[in-house]
Amino acid sequence: MTGLAAAPGAAGTTQTPEGPPTEKKGGAPPRDSASQWRLVWRRFRRHRLAMLGLAVTAALYLVAIFADFLAPFGTEHFDEDYPYAPPQTIQFDGGLHVDGYTTAVDNETYEQTFTTDPSQRIPVGFFVRGEEYRLLGLIPWDRHLFGPTEPGAPMYLLGADRTGHDLLSQLIHGTRVSMTIGLIGVVVAFVLGVVLGGLSGYLAGRADTVIQRVVEFFMSLPSLPLWLGLAAALPPEWGPLQRYFAISVVLALIGWTHLAREVRGRFLALREEQFVTAARLDGCGRRRVILGHMLPSVSSHLIAQLSLSVPAMILAETALSFLGLGLQAPVVSWGVLLQDAQNVRVLETAPWLMIPGLAVVVAVLALNFAGDGLRDAADPYRR
Amino acid sequence: MNDTPAAPLLDVRGLKVHFPVRRGPFGRVTGHVRAVDGVSLALRPGETLGLVGESGCGKTTLGRALARAVEPSAGRVLYDPGDGGDPWDVGALSRRGLRAYQRQVRVVFQDPFSSLNPRMTLLRIVGDPLKAHGLASGSELEDRVADMLTRVGLSSRYMRRYPHAFSGGERQRISIARALILGPRLVIADEPVSALDVSVRAQILNLLLELREQLNLTYLFISHDLSVVESVCDRVAVMYLGKVVETGPTSPLYAQPRHPYTEALLSAVPRPDPRLRGAGRRIRLADDLPDPARPPAGCSFHTRCQAAVDGVCDVPGRPPELAPAGEGRLTACHRATDLTLTGVPALGPAVEGA
Repeated sequence: MTGLAAAPGAAGTTQTPEGPPTEKKGGAPPRDSASQWRLVWRRFRRHRLAMLGLAVTAALYLVAIFADFLAPFGTEHFDEDYPYAPPQTIQFDGGLHVDGYTTAVDNETYEQTFTTDPSQRIPVGFFVRGEEYRLLGLIPWDRHLFGPTEPGAPMYLLGADRTGHDLLSQLIHGTRVSMTIGLIGVVVAFVLGVVLGGLSGYLAGRADTVIQRVVEFFMSLPSLPLWLGLAAALPPEWGPLQRYFAISVVLALIGWTHLAREVRGRFLALREEQFVTAARLDGCGRRRVILGHMLPSVSSHLIAQLSLSVPAMILAETALSFLGLGLQAPVVSWGVLLQDAQNVRVLETAPWLMIPGLAVVVAVLALNFAGDGLRDAADPYRR
Repeated sequence: MNDTPAAPLLDVRGLKVHFPVRRGPFGRVTGHVRAVDGVSLALRPGETLGLVGESGCGKTTLGRALARAVEPSAGRVLYDPGDGGDPWDVGALSRRGLRAYQRQVRVVFQDPFSSLNPRMTLLRIVGDPLKAHGLASGSELEDRVADMLTRVGLSSRYMRRYPHAFSGGERQRISIARALILGPRLVIADEPVSALDVSVRAQILNLLLELREQLNLTYLFISHDLSVVESVCDRVAVMYLGKVVETGPTSPLYAQPRHPYTEALLSAVPRPDPRLRGAGRRIRLADDLPDPARPPAGCSFHTRCQAAVDGVCDVPGRPPELAPAGEGRLTACHRATDLTLTGVPALGPAVEGA
C-alpha cells in the first residue's frame, strides 16, 4: 500500500463527499424528488394536441359513467309511431322547446315520412323527471339532465331509428359499452403481453424462441376471419354480459402480440443492464427482479402503448358488431347502432344513422392523440 | 502484507467460463469463447488482490463467475465461510446456500450510471438487498440504510432522492453502500474507479481502503489501471486471454516482472514525472488480442511475445503452467528462468491523485 497515503489532496477528503451543495453542474438546482410520473406529466402538458385528446377522452368516459343521467331516455325506450323521425333542433323563445312532427304518407309506396312542424311545440327542460334508473348502479333516481317536460312526448335530437329509438340516448348508452370493452380487452391483453413478453425477454433462449413463434403465428392469422370464427363459436344462449366479456377476451387474444413484442424487446435490452445483474446479486428472485426492478423501468412506456391499443380495440368491437357477430341488441354499442346503417336505401332516408360512426372517429382520434403524447412524454430521450 | 499461509477465503481451482458461439438458423454451437479458461487463484482473508489485464482478457467474467452472476462451465470455487466449518463448493450450492453466499460475497460494479436503477430512490437501491434477504424492514431498514450512507460519506438526508441527482463519484458511493449493507466478507470490485473523474478516484479508493480496515473486508480488485492497482493492492494477478499468467505481491512484481506480458503492461504505464519520460523502454504489442474462441497453440501469448522462441512456446498441447518463481510468486512462461525482464520503479508518490 503505497501511493495513496502520499497522494496530495486525497487524504482527509473522504469524509467530505462531493455533495450536491458543491456539485451544481450547469448551475441547475438539484431536481431531486420529482418522481418519474411528475416529469412525464410536465412534458405531457406541453403537448397541446395530446391535452385535447386527453380532455375528450376524459369527457367520453364521464359520459360512459353517467350515461343514465345524461341520456334523455333509457335503452328500452322506443315509440313505434316515429320510425326514422328526423333530428329536431332545440329552439328558444322564452322557454326551450322542440318542434313536433307531422306525418305524410306517400301514396305510391305507403312510406311514412316525418317533417318537423313548427306549429307544434314540445317543451323541453333540464332535470326533468323521466324513467327510473340507478345512478352508478347504486342510487335510484328518475331525473335526466334534459328531456321533454311531459313524459312520452317525442324528442329526437339526433333522429330516430327504424323502431323509433332515440339515437342520442342510444349513442350515450353505447358510449358505455364501446369505451369500456376496449379497456377490459386491453387489461387482458396487457396481462398476456407483459407476462409472455416479459418471460420471453428475461429468460431468452428456448423459451424466447417458443413464445416468439407463437406470437408470429397469431400475427400471421388474418384477424377478421379469426374474430368471426371465435365470435361464431360463442354459445348463442349466452346473455349479453357474458357475450360482452367473451368478445373482449376475443379481442385481447389478437391484441396481446404487439405488446408482447414490445415488452420482450425492452426486457432483452434491460437484462443486460448492470442494475438488473445487481438486483439478482442482491438476492432478488426472478419474480422480484422482473416485477420490482425491470417492469418499473418500462411502465411508463407500457402505459403509453396501452392507451394506443384501446382505440384498436374499439375499432375491432365496432367492426365485429357492425357485422352482426359481436354484441347484439338489446346491448347498445356504437357498432351495434351502426348495424342499422348497413343499408344504402336506409341511409338515403335517414343519414343521421351514421352519427355513431362519427362518435367512433372522435373517440379513436382522441385516444390516439393522448396515447401519442403520453408515449412521447414517457420517452426520456425526447425533448 | 501477510506472509502467514492462512486458509484462503476463496480458493479458485481451474475455473472455466465458456460461452457457446451459435451460428445458423438452428443455433448450432460452432465453438466456444473461452472467456475464462482454467484460472486458479487463492484469495487470503484481509488482502486486496488486484486482477489486471487488457480489455477482453476475461477479468470481468472471472469476477462475475466468482459472484455466480454467470455460471462457470468447469472448475471449482471453494469459499471458507469462516465459521470453522468445511469450505463451501460455490458451484454446487443449493438455492439457499447460494443466497447465503451472495450475502457474503458482494459486487461493486464498474459503471455507476447503469448499475443504479434510475427509477428507485437511494433508500430502495441500498435497502433492497436487506429486503430481499428478509433482514430488515420498515424503520429499521431506513435506519440501517441511513447508517450505511453515512459510512460511505453520503448524507442520509439524500435517502429519498433518485440516482440522477448525484455525480459519478457519489453514485459509486451508493454502489458501495449497496454492496456493504449485507455485511459481506468479500467484495468483488469490478473496475470501481475507471468510470470516474480522476479527481474523485482517490476519494473512492481511500473510502474503499478505510472500509476495508473498519469492516474487515477482503477485496478482489479488478482493474486495467496498473497505477491504481499498485496503490491499493497487496497482491496482483495478471490475466491474459482467460488465463492467469503471473501472480505475486505487488511491489516485487512491479519491480521485476517474471512474465513478458506483465513487462509489456508495465512498460505502458504512463510516467507522470516529465524527467522520466522516454527513460523506459516502451514495449509495443501487436494490436489485437487473439480470438478467445480460438486461442493460439502452446503459450497463448506467443503470437505477441518478443521473447517467444519457435519450437518452445508454440508447441500445441504444451501451454505453460503456473510455476513458483520465488518470493511467493507464480508465473506461467516457458522461458521464465532464462529471461531478465524490466519492471518499473515504485510509481508510488508520483501517482498524483491516482
